[in-house]
Amino acid sequence: MLDGRSLVKRTAGLRLWLSAGWLTALVIGAVLAPWIAPQDPLMQDLFTSRLPPFWMDGAEPGYWLGTDSLGRDVLSRILYGGRVALIVALIAGTATALIGATLGLIAGYFRGWADLVISRLVDIWMAFPPVLFAILLIAVMGTGLTSVVIAIIVIDWTRFARVVRAEAMAQGAMDYVASAQVSGRGRMSTLLTEILPNVLSTITVLLTLEMGIAVIVEAILSFVNLSVSTDDPTWGGMIAEGRLSIHQAWWVLVFPLIALFLTVLSFSQLGEGLKDRFDPVLH
Amino acid sequence: MILRRLLSRVATTLVTLFGVAVIVFAVIRIVPGDPVAMMLPPGATEADIARLQAFYGLDKSIPEQFFIWLGGVVQGDFGTSITTRQPVLGLVLSRLPATLELSVMALVIAVALGGLVALTGTRLRYTRTEGALDVANGMALSVPDFLWGLVLILLFGVLWPVFTISGRVSPQLVPEFATSFFLFESVVRLRFDLWLDLVQHMLMPALALAIPLAAIIGQLLKQSLKETMHLDYVTLARTKGYSENQVILREALRNAVLPTLTLIGVQFTFLIGGTVIIERLFSYEGLGNMAIDAVINRDLPLIQGIVLLFALLFTLVNLAVDLLYAVLNPRLRHA
Repeated sequence: MLDGRSLVKRTAGLRLWLSAGWLTALVIGAVLAPWIAPQDPLMQDLFTSRLPPFWMDGAEPGYWLGTDSLGRDVLSRILYGGRVALIVALIAGTATALIGATLGLIAGYFRGWADLVISRLVDIWMAFPPVLFAILLIAVMGTGLTSVVIAIIVIDWTRFARVVRAEAMAQGAMDYVASAQVSGRGRMSTLLTEILPNVLSTITVLLTLEMGIAVIVEAILSFVNLSVSTDDPTWGGMIAEGRLSIHQAWWVLVFPLIALFLTVLSFSQLGEGLKDRFDPVLH
Repeated sequence: MILRRLLSRVATTLVTLFGVAVIVFAVIRIVPGDPVAMMLPPGATEADIARLQAFYGLDKSIPEQFFIWLGGVVQGDFGTSITTRQPVLGLVLSRLPATLELSVMALVIAVALGGLVALTGTRLRYTRTEGALDVANGMALSVPDFLWGLVLILLFGVLWPVFTISGRVSPQLVPEFATSFFLFESVVRLRFDLWLDLVQHMLMPALALAIPLAAIIGQLLKQSLKETMHLDYVTLARTKGYSENQVILREALRNAVLPTLTLIGVQFTFLIGGTVIIERLFSYEGLGNMAIDAVINRDLPLIQGIVLLFALLFTLVNLAVDLLYAVLNPRLRHA
């Protein structure tokens, strides 16, 4: 019988493959951008300004997805913008996971005053609107890739700390941890050899989701012109330009938006898929 | 019991707010460059700088400065905006109603949409429609408000331009009202032309904010409803001859709604946080838009005030949700 759940389950594998496929293509495109980009992403040429994408009348060969109001090639800029997005996803995501998970493990396993301090910090952090907090940090630190990465770590470490703390607490109460300690293991060694391997799957899922969030935060920051320098192409920057010329050249907004949409969706589908894989009850 | 819970909750809220103040102060203090130098015109003398530093208490130690600043904040003195030379509190309060109206509108839409999805999914459970709803819901859930906003701009601003995608109110209709709660006051004053114009401006940004929350509500409420549908009292209602719709709406919903209510409370703060970028996207004149302008102009006292106000709003919403939960949950009420 075909019921509702089976539709979700049957497409789950497909969605996972599509997500992995898009992200792989994106990585390849970003890495090879200097060789495969059809144009120089920064080259302005008013003679080629606002060319439409290839299937429309008036398109020029070599400008597959059209050009923006300064005559810069949209496809090339998307490829180069993908570099920024992926670098931020990778560096900010990993660093956030490391810091947040470490604090979560300490709070959840050692408890006591460490837990008190970390939990109180998490409470305080929850009182800040994340986007506004990020913008405030950038305002103070100045723009640039490093600032963007630091801002993401500072606003998002709580995501990991909260979940990993709860998980470490649950694991810490289990018999296998007690038996490890009875057998004379130190606290630190128990944490690293018993607890950590058991929360690693949760951290991996969160890390995948965090990469998607990092991509979005970078896009938002570059949308308000507070990310990397304005010369470098970013998806958020392209979207901001496209928003202004939306009635004259919709493609300047639409293509980077599609790239961003697919990337964010892929990271989150991948995360959800991993969660199902790791969950012994669902598996 | 409830009173003790209330008191301890208020105490932790105060601790959180104090922590927020410390962080905001610390972040602003690590700004490179002298804040006084930014306020003075070039060519100011050493004496001018020293006088201004003394005026703002900047010649004192950092903890002293913090408590002077905090003392002012508690009394409603948030400092003076650098760009407009006006008190921050007044500026911020003049924009707050616009953001609140947008947030509440988004919340209403989210509850309506999410409730509809949950009820439809429960009514048609174990069918293909439920499965399709689940897939769509999952997508709505994993794409943030910023992207929904852009999609809505494309769909209803360009492709099929039926809604206004910029501003809060048409320029020729800007009202001279007593408050900035235009949406609310236009109803009270029976200015329905204005009300319609406001809603027309607000609908797209509110929808963008509402979609992710609606998906979360739809998911959780449906799950609780489906669990409730197996309980004995629901079966009893069925044997009494109630129709399936009546069973869901009258019997199951009442008991399934509590977890969703708590969740809505927490998620509402995320929604308010989302207004920052959504207001920017739709050029809506609220607090968030003002915050981004303030950052671009490096108007630190103004940013500081806006962040503090948002944090206060968040903690108050969380406090209200906790207390509401204590009142609504029979297990806590009678404990």
